[in-house]
Amino acid sequence: MVAIGTNGWNTEPLGGMMDLQQKIAVPETSSPLSVKPSGQATAAQVQEERSIIEVENVDFYYGSTHALKSINVEIPEKKATAFIGPSGCGKTTLLRCLNRMNDLILNTRLTGSVRLDSNDIYAPSTDVISLRRRVGMIFQKWNPFPKSIYENVVYGLRIVGISNRSLLDEVAEKSLRRAALWDEVKDNLNKSATDLSGGQQQRLCIARALAVEPEVLLMDEPCSALDPISTAKIEELIHELKDTFTIVIVTHNMQQAARCADRTAFFYLGELIEFGETAKLFTAPDKRQTEDYITGRFG
Amino acid sequence: MPTEHTDKRYEEELKRLREEILYMGGLVEDQIQKAVKSLVDRDSELAQIIIERDHEVNRLDVEIDDLCIRLLALHQPAGKDLRFITTGLKITTDLERIGDMSVNLSERALELNQEPQLKPYIDIPRMARIAQRMIRESLDAFVREDTDLALKVCKDDEEIDQLNSQIFREVISFMIEDPHTINRAMKISSISKYLERMADHATNIAEMVIFMAKGKSIRHMKELPPSV
Repeated sequence: MVAIGTNGWNTEPLGGMMDLQQKIAVPETSSPLSVKPSGQATAAQVQEERSIIEVENVDFYYGSTHALKSINVEIPEKKATAFIGPSGCGKTTLLRCLNRMNDLILNTRLTGSVRLDSNDIYAPSTDVISLRRRVGMIFQKWNPFPKSIYENVVYGLRIVGISNRSLLDEVAEKSLRRAALWDEVKDNLNKSATDLSGGQQQRLCIARALAVEPEVLLMDEPCSALDPISTAKIEELIHELKDTFTIVIVTHNMQQAARCADRTAFFYLGELIEFGETAKLFTAPDKRQTEDYITGRFG
Repeated sequence: MPTEHTDKRYEEELKRLREEILYMGGLVEDQIQKAVKSLVDRDSELAQIIIERDHEVNRLDVEIDDLCIRLLALHQPAGKDLRFITTGLKITTDLERIGDMSVNLSERALELNQEPQLKPYIDIPRMARIAQRMIRESLDAFVREDTDLALKVCKDDEEIDQLNSQIFREVISFMIEDPHTINRAMKISSISKYLERMADHATNIAEMVIFMAKGKSIRHMKELPPSV
């Protein structure tokens, strides 16, 4: 029997949420032999890596405001990439460019190209609905439909006409399991989604996004309104999900980026200042502006 | 260009850490200088003062460690601050060891002062001067983030190693000539070894300074890089 927490959740301690005492204490499991190499990727890893999204020379305007300035970035497949930077630096704008969410805002303009699997998503032939199916999104404030938990998860399948009950059941369970919510809700699937706690609702939204099998999951400050335990659960989830999906997360919490992401991009005033391995960026960044930001010297 | 933290208390604590490390460095430097003086001048009273003053070095070691752990736990430092604090943790360990060896040196001095002087001390004070200079320069490099100076400290270690071998050969010849000198000769050899070890700790500090300033490690390299 594998020991798991009472809520079915792996209760491994995570950084950031622990109190001072625990932080100072040596974790029981620590062993020099279990230390894995981190930081620089080996040559073999670099070769294996494939970019799923390529952003090339992207400029973005809200009316006359120049929000993004010639951004070039390649999002690696099946990895977590974090966008960090002070408010107004363009990180959320860029995230929203990746599945054309900015199309919904009037008087905006984008130049340059964003390619998903080498196909320009801003080409006239792109079907935006199917694009957003492939590139799902999780928002800062969770937004479940006022329906049951079950109906929330299978909603994306229902609207494309799937009504086979056993298929829907299968997808619902699989998605809720992937979102680490199954054990908490399996006996109450017909309960209203809005009765769940904030953290549960956010995981439900993740389950709903996963149900349509996206390739990329964009997360816009998914934990900014959650308590530390719920945050830890979402972060743990990110670790598990990146084996299957590509994750791009925008966060104001730098420790969160440091904990979750393989790569981190730092934005300032609409420019991409530095993009690299998270461990390197947080210990020895190349750029002075990155150094000042991560050490809390401006903003 | 901003150089100060938005969080002023954090800024204050980092400043305090820097000052405490420098104070400890200054104290340790003084310990070596006086320990050697107690040997050369055959001043047993001074040797005793050195031994007692080691408490102060130990107290600083604990205090600085606590401060570093507090900073790590409460501020989750990153980038240069993270490198500075982790360097601080390691530097104090090296300084504390140097302090211990000043005590060992004073203890040998006390023992040697009981017997007639075996030989005039010439190379030992020379070694001590170099070791002191290396410690001072490694701490200067720390304050100024001067990687060239830090690299110079690493290179100077060679000179101390040579003096140590020279003293070792010399005391061996004393022992061969007259077995009655063995007791004293062994102690002089130990003192030479302490000074050589102190210089090694100064080298460790200098290496950490390079890591702190550049984010690059030059430790355990077969050959020192010409520049960093």
